[in-house]
Amino acid sequence: MSLVLQGIVTGILTGGVYALMAAGLTLVFGVMDIINIAQGAFVILGAYLSYALATHFHVDLFLGLFITIPVMFVLGVILEWTLIRPLKRDRTQLSILVTYAIAIITEGLLYFFFSADTIKLFAWYTTQSVHVFSFYLPDIYLMAFGLSALLLGALYLLLYRTKFGRSVRAMMQNRAAALLIGIDVERVAALTFGVGVALTAAGGMAYGATTAFNPNSHYDLISRLLVIIIFAGMGSLGGALIASVGMLVIENLTTLLLSPTWASTVFYVLLVFILIVRPQGLFGKADARSQ
Amino acid sequence: MATTAQSQAPTAARGAPRAQRWRPYQIAFWLVCLAAVIAFPLVISDPAITTVAFFTLVFAAAGSAWNIFCGYTGYIALGHAVFFGTGCYALTIICARWHIAGGWAPFEFVPLAGLIAAVVAVPVGLVALRTRRHTFVVITIAIFFIFQLLAENNIFGLTNGMTGAELPIPPWSGYVYNLPFYYVILVILLLAVGTSWFVRHSKYGLELLAIRDDEGRALGLGVHTTRVKLSAFVLSAFFVGMCGAVWAYYVESVFPPFAFDALFDVLIALMAFLGGLGTISGPLLGALLLEPAQQYLTIAVGQNGLNLVVEGLVFLAVILLLPEGIVPAVSNRLFGRSAARSATPVAPGPAGPAGAPGSTEAQSPTTDPGSVMAER
Repeated sequence: MSLVLQGIVTGILTGGVYALMAAGLTLVFGVMDIINIAQGAFVILGAYLSYALATHFHVDLFLGLFITIPVMFVLGVILEWTLIRPLKRDRTQLSILVTYAIAIITEGLLYFFFSADTIKLFAWYTTQSVHVFSFYLPDIYLMAFGLSALLLGALYLLLYRTKFGRSVRAMMQNRAAALLIGIDVERVAALTFGVGVALTAAGGMAYGATTAFNPNSHYDLISRLLVIIIFAGMGSLGGALIASVGMLVIENLTTLLLSPTWASTVFYVLLVFILIVRPQGLFGKADARSQ
Repeated sequence: MATTAQSQAPTAARGAPRAQRWRPYQIAFWLVCLAAVIAFPLVISDPAITTVAFFTLVFAAAGSAWNIFCGYTGYIALGHAVFFGTGCYALTIICARWHIAGGWAPFEFVPLAGLIAAVVAVPVGLVALRTRRHTFVVITIAIFFIFQLLAENNIFGLTNGMTGAELPIPPWSGYVYNLPFYYVILVILLLAVGTSWFVRHSKYGLELLAIRDDEGRALGLGVHTTRVKLSAFVLSAFFVGMCGAVWAYYVESVFPPFAFDALFDVLIALMAFLGGLGTISGPLLGALLLEPAQQYLTIAVGQNGLNLVVEGLVFLAVILLLPEGIVPAVSNRLFGRSAARSATPVAPGPAGPAGAPGSTEAQSPTTDPGSVMAER
């Protein structure tokens, strides 16, 4: 019983971090109709940026976010501007290849600058833990969850309380109509891509503090993130949050009750079943964008 | 399909005489290429070079097979490493369970390994092909990771997990080691290209192209889209599986990250894009240009990751600067089809308009889209 509780609690806490990364991915998909395969690589890049700040300049992990989030935002806007916007014909499919290339380049650069050694972000609070119910819960899990909740809240405010957010939501509904009512769709797309990438700075820090990583880890991350957004239905923000938490809870429960070998497999098997029954995902609109 | 017919009718009339004049040269060119490929390892026997030549042929064959599905239907699958890895492990397990000794014997089971990959492709295709376009791409990637994970975790006790599995050791040594592998993969390559050519010149191939141009309309015109897509998917998986099997026997051992390699997915797509998606010679040209470069980079700067940077940059340059690929670009110059092409309404497909590959072939009476339309 205590194992079940532990699985659920840690699943929800780590699921929050995945929700943050998946939110960026699904937001970009919803607005621009492209899939950013480099999202996982950006998360790892964000983690390495936090690592570099912490080791070379002794900047606290959380304070470092005030530097890494703007940096990643600018990086995202520049990448959208230089590499994605020039794709005129069949942007949707070609952008997958372009972002795949960005992911490979990022991985190569990280190998070059940081080597292939597996590392973990470290600060005085990453080794503390609290005793709740009948098990120990690392402090950093709670802090990472808090950070994710805070940023997701900020994202909610951005989308639902600002003019920019209204433009974003308009584009998610209908790009052509958004263009007709005078929204600068290219500008909104670039900023949205920037926001999506900026979220990975925080996601990367939280991921790096809870999990050991190396430049190669982005494959594992992007596969999980893709599964989450397919499971949820692509373009559904709320669905991505639920699917993230659901995936991590299932994974943790399987790890604790069955064996770590089966952990992700169970979720993947679930994904295949969902696809057979509902190809558009749990919360996706039926074939709205499949043309 | 209707789009194809209308847009090609005037083009065919204008392009036909020039294209036909080129035909003998084209055939001669292919024969010279074939002779050169056959003679290559006999003339240049340096194992370092024949090794690169072998890998180039593996990618040329896998790329051609990938192109049979992805190039013709316009569905970009980034999960064909699933079938490559399945082929690898199929041959490994066959050799281990049936106690096959090294030598020519394992080659006899390569088609069986391809068949196993094809069988695996059926459920994969059934699930993935329920979706279209980018959802399809993402699902193929996700399925790829599922297979990698299954292999790493040794789920059914088949793959031996991360410890890897051994194949029989080939008895050849030194200077002749590469030769049997080279000629076996050459045969597979010729079969793949032959199949690709045959598909392209059949009614079946036209149905695939119709799906690329407008799937909804193809369905409306009576193309059994699901059946056609799935069979092309399985066909390409069969050849990719055979490539994997030969590759595994060549390297003598398989590990999940190498058998199910994410880079493989991207590389064959990149080769097809560089050469020309949906063309018969495109993947061959792409493999010829990229695989030696890739091998060189891995040796030169592979240990510090810069090979990934260069590969990624080449990939970006190809997609941004030459999205249609080399072969269509050159054939436009030669046959002066660019004017007609720009007037062609491009249906949502990543490649150029249908018929670009067959700039010379589309004119033969049996495969003229117009005549098929008339028959219906």
